[in-house]
Amino acid sequence: MAALMQNEAFQVALWAMVKVGIILGVMLGVVSYLIYAERKICGHIQARTGPNRVGPLGLLQPIADVGKLLFKEEFIPAGANKVVFHIAPILAVFPAIVTFSVIPMGPAPMFVVTDINVGLLLFLAMSSLGVYAITLGGWSSNNKYALLGGLRSSAQMISYELALGLSTIPVLLRSGTLSLSGIVDSQAGNLKAFGTTLPLPNWGIFHWYLVLPFFIFLICSFAETNRAPFDLPEAEGELVAGFHTEYSSMKWALFFLGEYMNMIVICSIMVTLYLGGWHGPGVDKFAPLGLVWFLTKLFALLFFFIWVRWTYPRLRYDQLMGFGWKVLLPASIVNVVIAAVWLYWRANA
Amino acid sequence: MVPYLFLGFAALLVATALMVILHRNPVTSALFLVLSFSSLAGIYLLLQAEFIGMVQIIVYAGASMVLFLFVIMYLNLQHDVEKGAQIALRRGIGWMVGALLLLFAGLLAKKGWVSGPVAALPPDTTGGNAAAIGRVLYSRFLFPFEITSILLLVAMVGAIVLAKGRPAPQGEAE
Repeated sequence: MAALMQNEAFQVALWAMVKVGIILGVMLGVVSYLIYAERKICGHIQARTGPNRVGPLGLLQPIADVGKLLFKEEFIPAGANKVVFHIAPILAVFPAIVTFSVIPMGPAPMFVVTDINVGLLLFLAMSSLGVYAITLGGWSSNNKYALLGGLRSSAQMISYELALGLSTIPVLLRSGTLSLSGIVDSQAGNLKAFGTTLPLPNWGIFHWYLVLPFFIFLICSFAETNRAPFDLPEAEGELVAGFHTEYSSMKWALFFLGEYMNMIVICSIMVTLYLGGWHGPGVDKFAPLGLVWFLTKLFALLFFFIWVRWTYPRLRYDQLMGFGWKVLLPASIVNVVIAAVWLYWRANA
Repeated sequence: MVPYLFLGFAALLVATALMVILHRNPVTSALFLVLSFSSLAGIYLLLQAEFIGMVQIIVYAGASMVLFLFVIMYLNLQHDVEKGAQIALRRGIGWMVGALLLLFAGLLAKKGWVSGPVAALPPDTTGGNAAAIGRVLYSRFLFPFEITSILLLVAMVGAIVLAKGRPAPQGEAE
């Protein structure tokens, strides 16, 4: 046992497991309080109080909700494809959890589970696998509304994934690496422009050719996480509840968990690519401050997501598709070309 | 550690690939194909080809299989409905092609044309293999690369033309 503890590979694996355990536990807590925050913020936006009965300020509401969901009756519709019906909710959560393993939440090596040199591609791969959960959930329920919701969602996610992927390319061109830690490192220090150092951080969004990609990424991430104004897959006015119409109890809760985890993942990626990751004042003196900065930026973005959801109405389906294919995709392609030419010109000027 | 992982992924790959052709339900077959693509990506990762492994998941498991599944669900193919002469003919062709392939492999082995396991090249780990692949793709394999992109463009234009359908005859209302 002592020899095993001395083994370097074993130590790395052990630490990775410990970090995974911590992230998993913390994330479940964060998700349940994110739902509480969503209900609270939504309440105040609509000029009411939101949950305030269970515990002080309603803080025990998430626990009550989870307890209720655990003890609810599990219902499987007749004619459902049972195996796929069980697998779909698992698939909703799994990609989001896997992506957390590559997100640098602070200075390496302490706050990074693993730094593979294709970190960004892992995120794209997992987000493309996320489509299965919704498609299969909708199909296996043997319900017309669920099927339509599933089909809508896969069409929507495939369409917006293209613009999402293309909007990350200018970032890659700038940093020259696919590793998320490398991308964060390329945003250290202060912004240098016009031959001087400006009093702005060297974050992606402060480079002019990354402003448009940031907003394209932001819009696409609303579509990828199926949130308003792009929550067509579960448009309750037309499709009952969309793909999860037939789901109840913990399986429904897993879909919900997946949606919120995806939201956290995509916001973390946005922080990493465009908002300087864990960089902030004072990190070079005290490393754990990086985690604080990362979480601050993350929660600011999450608040923005919730804010948008309760402010804007839902788009019509053809508007959604037209916008994705005719506006976002060409805009991001043009931006890739412009950024590439600019970076090449500056490197050779 | 790596050999055991390889055995696991390889066993999963073979098993799921068999399930793709043996299962009667087309949707289940498609899902097994996704799983086999994923285990192939795992093998790529073990070979330190992270870039290809990830692209395998993004392109095959993520994009093409979703479209596949989409079509299968839309057409609502529940079960293999062909029977009798049709299926016998198809099985016959399958057996024949399989036998030919086996014969060919035997011939190659007998003549000593199979080169056997080649010495593995050490993977290029400087700057990650995404950079290495990009360098090779845009220099040595530039021509095939461009031909492939033109082929894809033609396929895309063709799909759009087909999807638009025939123009309505003159004088008729929409």
